[in-house]
Amino acid sequence: MSLDLSTRYLGLELAHPLVAGAGPLSTSLSQIRSLEDGGAAAIVLRSLFEEQITGQQLGAARHLYGHAESSEATSWFPDTDVFALGPEEYLELVRGARAAVKVPVIASLNGTTPGGWVHYARLMEEAGASAVELNLYDVPTDAEADATAVERRQLELVRDVRAAISVPLAVKLSPFYSSLPAFVRALEHAGANGVVLFNRFYQPDIDLEALDLQRTLRLSDSSELPLRLRWLAVLSPQTKLSLAASGGVHGGRDALKVLMAGAHAVQMVSALLQHGPKRLRLVLAEMREWLEEHEYESITTLRGSMNLARCPDPAHYERGNYMALLSSWQEAGAHGRA
Amino acid sequence: MLPQMSILVDANEAVASVAHRVSEVIAIYPITPASSMAEWCDEWSVAGKKNLWGQIPRVEQLQSEAGAAGTVHGALQAGSLSTTFTASQGLLLMIPNMYKIAGELTAFTMHVAARTLATHALSIFGDHSDVMACRQTGMALLCSSSVQEAQDLAAIAHAASLESRIPFLHFFDGFRTSHEVHRIEGLSDEVLRSLLDEQAIAAHRARALSPEHPVIRGTAHNPDTFFQAREAANPFYDACPRIVEQVMERFAKLTGRRYKLFDYHGDPQAERVLVLMGSGAEAARETVDWLVARGEKVGVLVVRLYRPFDGLGFLAALPKSTKTLAVLDRTKEPGAPCEPLHLDVLATLFEAHKQLRVVGGRYGLSSKEFTPAMVKSVFDEIAKPDPRNHFTVGIVDDVTRLSLEWDAELDIEAADVTRAVFYGLGSDGTVGANKNTIKIVGEETELVTQGYFVYDSKKSGSTTVSHLRFSPRPIRSTYLINKAGFVAVSQPGLVERIDVLELAAPGAVFLLNTPRSAAEVFESLPEDVARTIVERKLRFYVIDAHKVSTDVGLPGRVSTVMQGCFFALSGVLPREQAFAAARRAIEKTFKRRGAEVVKRNIDALELAEARMAAVPVPAELPTRRRAEAVPAAAPEFVKRVSAAMIAGHGNRLPVSAFPPDGTWPSATAQWEKRSIAREIPDWDPKICIQCNKCALVCPHAAIRAKLCAPEALANAPASFQTTEWKAGGDPHPRYALQVAPDDCTGCGLCVAICPAKDKSNPRHKAIDMAPADEKREAERVHWSFFEALPEAPREEQKLDVKHVQLLQPLFEFSGACSGCGETPYLKLASQLFGDRMLIANATGCSSIYGGNQPTTPWSVNKQGRGPAWANSLFEDNAEFGLGFRFSLDQSQDRARMLLAACAGSLPEELVRGLVEADQSSEAGIAAQRARVVELRKQLARSKTREARQLETFAEHLVRRSVWIIGGDGWAYDIGFGGLDHLFSSGADVNVLVLDTEVYSNTGGQQSKATPIGATAKFAAAGRSTGKKDLGLIAMSYGHVYVASVALYARDAQVIKAFTEAESYPGPSLIIAHSPCIAHGYDLSKSPEQQKLAVESGVWPVYRFDPRRLDTGELPLAVDSGPIKARVADYMKNEGRFQAVALRDPARYAELVALEERHIAERQAFHEQLAGLKLKSAVAQGAPL
Repeated sequence: MSLDLSTRYLGLELAHPLVAGAGPLSTSLSQIRSLEDGGAAAIVLRSLFEEQITGQQLGAARHLYGHAESSEATSWFPDTDVFALGPEEYLELVRGARAAVKVPVIASLNGTTPGGWVHYARLMEEAGASAVELNLYDVPTDAEADATAVERRQLELVRDVRAAISVPLAVKLSPFYSSLPAFVRALEHAGANGVVLFNRFYQPDIDLEALDLQRTLRLSDSSELPLRLRWLAVLSPQTKLSLAASGGVHGGRDALKVLMAGAHAVQMVSALLQHGPKRLRLVLAEMREWLEEHEYESITTLRGSMNLARCPDPAHYERGNYMALLSSWQEAGAHGRA
Repeated sequence: MLPQMSILVDANEAVASVAHRVSEVIAIYPITPASSMAEWCDEWSVAGKKNLWGQIPRVEQLQSEAGAAGTVHGALQAGSLSTTFTASQGLLLMIPNMYKIAGELTAFTMHVAARTLATHALSIFGDHSDVMACRQTGMALLCSSSVQEAQDLAAIAHAASLESRIPFLHFFDGFRTSHEVHRIEGLSDEVLRSLLDEQAIAAHRARALSPEHPVIRGTAHNPDTFFQAREAANPFYDACPRIVEQVMERFAKLTGRRYKLFDYHGDPQAERVLVLMGSGAEAARETVDWLVARGEKVGVLVVRLYRPFDGLGFLAALPKSTKTLAVLDRTKEPGAPCEPLHLDVLATLFEAHKQLRVVGGRYGLSSKEFTPAMVKSVFDEIAKPDPRNHFTVGIVDDVTRLSLEWDAELDIEAADVTRAVFYGLGSDGTVGANKNTIKIVGEETELVTQGYFVYDSKKSGSTTVSHLRFSPRPIRSTYLINKAGFVAVSQPGLVERIDVLELAAPGAVFLLNTPRSAAEVFESLPEDVARTIVERKLRFYVIDAHKVSTDVGLPGRVSTVMQGCFFALSGVLPREQAFAAARRAIEKTFKRRGAEVVKRNIDALELAEARMAAVPVPAELPTRRRAEAVPAAAPEFVKRVSAAMIAGHGNRLPVSAFPPDGTWPSATAQWEKRSIAREIPDWDPKICIQCNKCALVCPHAAIRAKLCAPEALANAPASFQTTEWKAGGDPHPRYALQVAPDDCTGCGLCVAICPAKDKSNPRHKAIDMAPADEKREAERVHWSFFEALPEAPREEQKLDVKHVQLLQPLFEFSGACSGCGETPYLKLASQLFGDRMLIANATGCSSIYGGNQPTTPWSVNKQGRGPAWANSLFEDNAEFGLGFRFSLDQSQDRARMLLAACAGSLPEELVRGLVEADQSSEAGIAAQRARVVELRKQLARSKTREARQLETFAEHLVRRSVWIIGGDGWAYDIGFGGLDHLFSSGADVNVLVLDTEVYSNTGGQQSKATPIGATAKFAAAGRSTGKKDLGLIAMSYGHVYVASVALYARDAQVIKAFTEAESYPGPSLIIAHSPCIAHGYDLSKSPEQQKLAVESGVWPVYRFDPRRLDTGELPLAVDSGPIKARVADYMKNEGRFQAVALRDPARYAELVALEERHIAERQAFHEQLAGLKLKSAVAQGAPL
């Protein structure tokens, strides 16, 4: 009997769970084609950043056209009608990708204003996106904005986008919620079709010599996986939403773990950046080998088998895990000191 | 008649639209005020716009106007329809080809925005001195008086040239017509097609050079034949006026607009007639109508076809009743019996035996105003029994007393003409918003609209004045508004600097942008402004436009706010209609900048009206008087002349106020306190590490360092800050770092470069920007004290970054752009060598901020020494500077000869010292200066002729430093031939190329220094060929010192390069990386960006010193360091590259790869060159 790797994510039928996540590998059509050739079952395009578009517009208006006029020069740049600024380039990418590949193409949106989210999501749908992934990348820095207010704003936004588009809608989250299960439930009510766990904050580092901040882009590794495993396992029995893991999947065994924890799809970015799109086939082969070796018939059998409801010792996902680790570390530390 | 469409354009756009549609090859070179004609053509061709025959015209920028003319000539010979656009000196450079093109009877039309020729001074403004220098070339000269005419006669010129085979120079007044925005009837393709004779075009093509039916042209003749052959062209000139008439007639049938070679307007029985051409004719027509309505028998004869001059046509156009003619020329021909048009009229009348009284006069040089009052004054003059001849009008000539008087208060404009004046800054968008306003009113009403925009010559904090007219009738008022019903001021500071209500008519609306509320604004006004508001019963409104623009997210762009207020207050359109139209106009204008820009501008428009408030007149008026334009301590000339110019009253200065030969005092910028910065630097001595980098990079020399003895601080203001100088001295001197608060432009470069951070709060540096309003008063007191502290002695300074900045800059407070990347190099050179520099400065940004009056930044030290500066032309700067060198060498040689002749009566040691002086250091130069003083003392005792002569030449015994300075447009393009010759000459001169990689002064046209991937005018799609390696070309001579430098990234290397170059006894070339607003990014980030340029290899830093060959060393030292950054990372930070990326990402990616390769190749080449071993014989000094 052949092994059935197919899965259903956001209502989309995928040949297998491995999806190319949003990242720099999906910025051109040739890259998108090679992701499909590499074996991606769906492709999430790089994110459209609302502030980038706004910034480009304002920046271009200011730096290209905002300088002092003089009697000799009323401008410093050629000003032609073909000069387009806006989401057109991204929408063209969506259109091109849909025409270029057979697998579903998911557009990714990182907005900053309520109007912007709705506007761009609608444009993405019109351009032919199979689904839209909203990246709620929001670093709360204002002590006046409490958790309820932040969450309410995010839920309103999801509702607004939901009302504006008819294609499936995924929401990519950060791990930092007081109660992630409750928030995911609220997302479900707001009309989301799935959640992606988790986005990775680009966290600046400190340059000791320059007394300045350094922008760093660190790729993920498998050590980031357990965080995803825990929350997938927690959410899996409690939600009907599609679940996807993002961050930390580098090999077949990683992928199997997130599926067992309850994911419907596995997004990969860093591993593809490091090894190229062909990595997908390798991961898939590793998965297939393990599954066959262990006589699984389908992904469905596997999915959620290690979630909070079904795993042998759920305490490990809960506080017990922390306690056990902490006490073992203390023991090791004590030995060390001795 | 064919249907027509109303369009809102300036003449340059209107003319370019015709020329682009009827041409195949367009060869151009940028020059003000003609540049935009070529720019339009380039933009249209890039956008795929086609000519009448369905082909996209080829637009090519050349290296000079001479090059453009040569290319046009070639294109014509090869059978194409060709055109070009130019003005002023550019036109002069085309003259040789114009003779050729005319001599070969070639159908060709060029368009000239007529501009003043540089004489005692350069001027970018309009008169006929350039076209009058072409009347002998054999080209037809056709003149337009208005925007409508410029378009129409452009078409007529092209058609007439094809039919007559006489090439046409079509001209109109620079700025007054070329830049006046006017609603006109546009010309459709159909009209143009009907106007051009296809047979004539075919004939033109049939005359082309072709190997299929070869001929030769450009032959040489001898005395036996040249003369006759030259006369053979006569029939074509004879036929030309009739052909032009026929084309004009055809044009009238097509459009309903009828032109004649000479158009008379006025009373058919006129006794007094004015003859003139150009925009002044419009003001004259308007005045004639007004005078005729008052019963005067006057008229104006407008000359359109000036060459070939149709004498019979002229006589026929003149009313038989004419008794007196006044012929007005907008040019000056010193020494001639009359100006050209005057002379032609006299000759015509004389040959026809007409006995009329004819006088001539000059008007309007360099766009000097020509108003109805002046026209009337000329008519009044010729009504006198013995009118003055050879008069001038528009100025007060108290020297030769040629000028006519006029009534400055005369206002003949009808009451139903809406007249509005807007004062703004070049950077706040006032002009753009006003163009939009004109467009809106033009589209929404039947009103005729006119806009004219006046700029001052500063590049930072420049003032603009927009003059807008809306009239139910055609507008012929080709002069500035002198009675406005609406006056708006978009910057509160302008009220302090200029008389903004000078033009306000009684009862006018006065709208002021100010942070003050309606209740408190009055008391803040200067006394004269407040009084005018009350006396003229002005309706006064305030708006905090800065607050509105900040609130909507467009900080600083106050223009849309002011536009909203204008529509709400002026009543030129019904309110609702105005706002709906303004919203549509914003959408149209900003659509291609993106939805966000549109949204924010609309927000600003809508908030404006709500935030505006009417100001009640208080019971008591303020008494504070406005500050004088210059401080009381300024020299007499500055107070008398410069101050009037600064205050905007230069027009009032009489002839006697001026030096007759263009010689002006230097060191005057210090008296022009502009106070334009919103933020100025704030120094924290506790954190400062005394590196002086802030002073090094300051483009305006507005932050300076000094050391002084503690005693010198005895009378210092209590808040004056100093700290102990850490670099030694016994006792330790005190170190002061001081900002000149009224001269700083607030660019923030000092903060960007400052390496000293507060350890517990790294956001705070030793220099931070602080609100100028809070700091200015205190810093003025500090600056005044600081200025009086003694300057550092030159002889003792170490020449490193820190110590060089203790030397007094002799280039200060220029009007260059805020954050300019050129000026820090000039300041540095002035600190190092300023007291012995002669500077030849090519025309361009540096000649404008260096020499555009009212003031100059070139300064002097306490001894009265400083750089002596001159600008000759754009194209000849290398040769001009070489002339300096040859002259100085001759003078020094003469001084030595005379010294030898006088040696007998002089102390032997003094003579030996003077002859053998080592002047390679500041100490050596100081010693030589002391010897010269002693020499003069000794000579005073001698009575010989040689002694007297040596007194004249003695100053030449002190070594002088010749600097030849210009931008990349000069060095890489127009002046390259001369520069190359300079290299070859071996002369001891120093060339400093301020390389902004683009023509900055004329508005960002590409040069051969423009890098791959950058967009620029005439390279709108992004330049695809590599930047010329000027350094390598110079190095290839072997005897030229060459350095490539980048001040922010490698400051110590720059100082090394400058001192090495100056000491090198042959030609030296320094190519200086100069960030510019034309790069499209925030220049406060330019230090970081320049570092990236160096670290990515985009800008190599090196020094090639031929002297090192003598010592067996390798001559080329590459100082860039290893490649640490990516070219793509450098390119992504600048708008000029990103414009390409945004428009065409695929092309951008290709260009990035191309540039990476270009840079890698250049780097490999430099590396090989740096390791080049020469044979020992060569290394030991054998000739290369």
